[in-house]
Amino acid sequence: MLVRGKTASASALRLDRVLTAQEPNVNRCLFPVAALSLTAVVVTGCATSPPPPPPQPAPPSAAELDALTPSVQEEIVLERPAPEPIQPLSPLDDPNSPLYNKVVYFDYDTAEIRPEGADLLRTHAGYIYRTPGARVTLEGHTDERGTRGYNLALGDRRADAVQRFLVAEGVPAEKLSRLSYGEERPAEPGSSERAWSRNRRVELVY
Amino acid sequence: MQRPFSLSVLLLTALLAWGTVGTAWAKLTIEITGGVEGAQPIAVVPFGNVDGARPNVDIADVIAADLARSGKFKPMPRREMLMTPHREADVDMREWQLLAMNSLVVGEVMPRATGGYDIRYVLMDVFTGKKLLADTVTSTSKGLRNAAHRIADAIYADLTGEPGVFATRIAYVTSSGHKSRVALRVADADGFNAQTIVDSAEPIMSPAWSPDGRRLAYVSFEGRQSAIYVQDLASGRRERVASYQGINGSPAFSPDGRRLAMTLSKDGNPDIYVLDLSTRQLTRLTDHYAIDTEPAWAPSGDHLVFTSDRGGKPQIYRVAASGGPAQRVTFQGDYNAAASYAPSGNALVMVTREGGRFRVVMTDPQGGARRYVSNGSLDESPSFAPNGNMIIYATQNNGRGVLAATPLSSGASHRLSRDAGEVREPAWSPLLQ
Repeated sequence: MLVRGKTASASALRLDRVLTAQEPNVNRCLFPVAALSLTAVVVTGCATSPPPPPPQPAPPSAAELDALTPSVQEEIVLERPAPEPIQPLSPLDDPNSPLYNKVVYFDYDTAEIRPEGADLLRTHAGYIYRTPGARVTLEGHTDERGTRGYNLALGDRRADAVQRFLVAEGVPAEKLSRLSYGEERPAEPGSSERAWSRNRRVELVY
Repeated sequence: MQRPFSLSVLLLTALLAWGTVGTAWAKLTIEITGGVEGAQPIAVVPFGNVDGARPNVDIADVIAADLARSGKFKPMPRREMLMTPHREADVDMREWQLLAMNSLVVGEVMPRATGGYDIRYVLMDVFTGKKLLADTVTSTSKGLRNAAHRIADAIYADLTGEPGVFATRIAYVTSSGHKSRVALRVADADGFNAQTIVDSAEPIMSPAWSPDGRRLAYVSFEGRQSAIYVQDLASGRRERVASYQGINGSPAFSPDGRRLAMTLSKDGNPDIYVLDLSTRQLTRLTDHYAIDTEPAWAPSGDHLVFTSDRGGKPQIYRVAASGGPAQRVTFQGDYNAAASYAPSGNALVMVTREGGRFRVVMTDPQGGARRYVSNGSLDESPSFAPNGNMIIYATQNNGRGVLAATPLSSGASHRLSRDAGEVREPAWSPLLQ
């Protein structure tokens, strides 16, 4: 569930379920080890204390800040109203920040987190960990295939997988909640492979 | 966050929103698209209007349409009728024998001094000339369609020996497009008189009838939080009965109406729980790290079936209403889900995947012999009519969600029903008083 191991993902999934149900702390320690043994994804090691947060995203450059500031000339010529005070752009809203992307995608009928999803979640884990007051709802979704009741459960399982991943990365559980929409809120309508792949997702809603 | 049993009873404003959505969802229309082989020929002669009666409903037309929809009858087209008697005394039975009818219905509508109408009708056997049924039904002028459905129910019951379901209702969910408003609606079984029960900008799911037909349970995501509500249809009052962390899904009333089975994931994984609606006691029926969901009660009330992927893929299992170990029911195929029982308890209907297609299939309660009910590729949400003679389900027509019903007796083609927008998750009411 942490990472998608091509050969042993099923057993990893089962291991995670059992361990998490019984002993979350052990899970946090064992999981990166299991992941290392399965794939080459970088992990941060056993966490008797929370792992160090990932590096901060680069702050906006001066040029970027300048671009956000209307020029005096423009203001006069166009007679626009006075600009509102510049708020520092949250990295969550900055298209150049890795935190701008808040969606992880899944394969059909599974809640296994893909490697690229794991990378994104680590980035968010660091941000949530060090940002006071950060609260995130993990919204799980599925594609339209299959029954609605089962898909509601599958969306919950995906949100749960993300929640466990973030907790294993050191995010306090109380900062996270999960909400499954099943197949009820597709990101893209339609019955194409493309639509389905975009709809199998968990959105991090800050 | 966790307020499982909100005691605040909310009065819905949903019905007030009706005007804004009414034009888009004027009616749930149901059309017959297939032949009805083996159906009994019956003539429902246009009813006469006596003493200046001017009913706004063509009673005979409603009756004939009901009978045709059942798949068991083939009403005679009016243009082929050579005579239109309204009373038994005016019937020349040889005429109907020549037209190869089995049965004949005649009747008339009379105004009542206190308002409304009396509808007098007679059902006759064409071969013997015998009167099978004669009755007078009283109706308000607004209730004429319902009165016609009740007459159709009586005719159906007399000729088939089974209860008719024409005076029942169907709950379903509509949406008018991508990320638009969603509504839970209830219409007559023929698609008329559609009413909005609740209307929301957030998803609504899984309508389920109480056994007395007076309440609906459903899942709503209003306030960006999932919760199960139980709503009284007459008053519009509703109660939130489950809003735990995780999912609150798939409500199902027990046959005695006292308990509500549901899926909750508050304890980690989706499991089946049963809520006692009077004591508010919540009992966990299953406890497994896999997905357990979509509970449905056996008509006896002694066990439930549900969907679980504990074997790796979704299959149907059963568990005693008191809990305990679950037994696997289905073994054929790698995706069987959303099972529910026939009213008799002698069959299950569910969704199965085969070759990438999701279709409705019927099976015996042991998961043995199968019979395909639908022929689409994304069919789901099947449920039995309360007399067990028809299955309604959701399917796709040109990429749009529509409802379809298949009569089980006649082998007739499916019938499609459609609103202006998406229509899904039909749930057939019990027999209504």
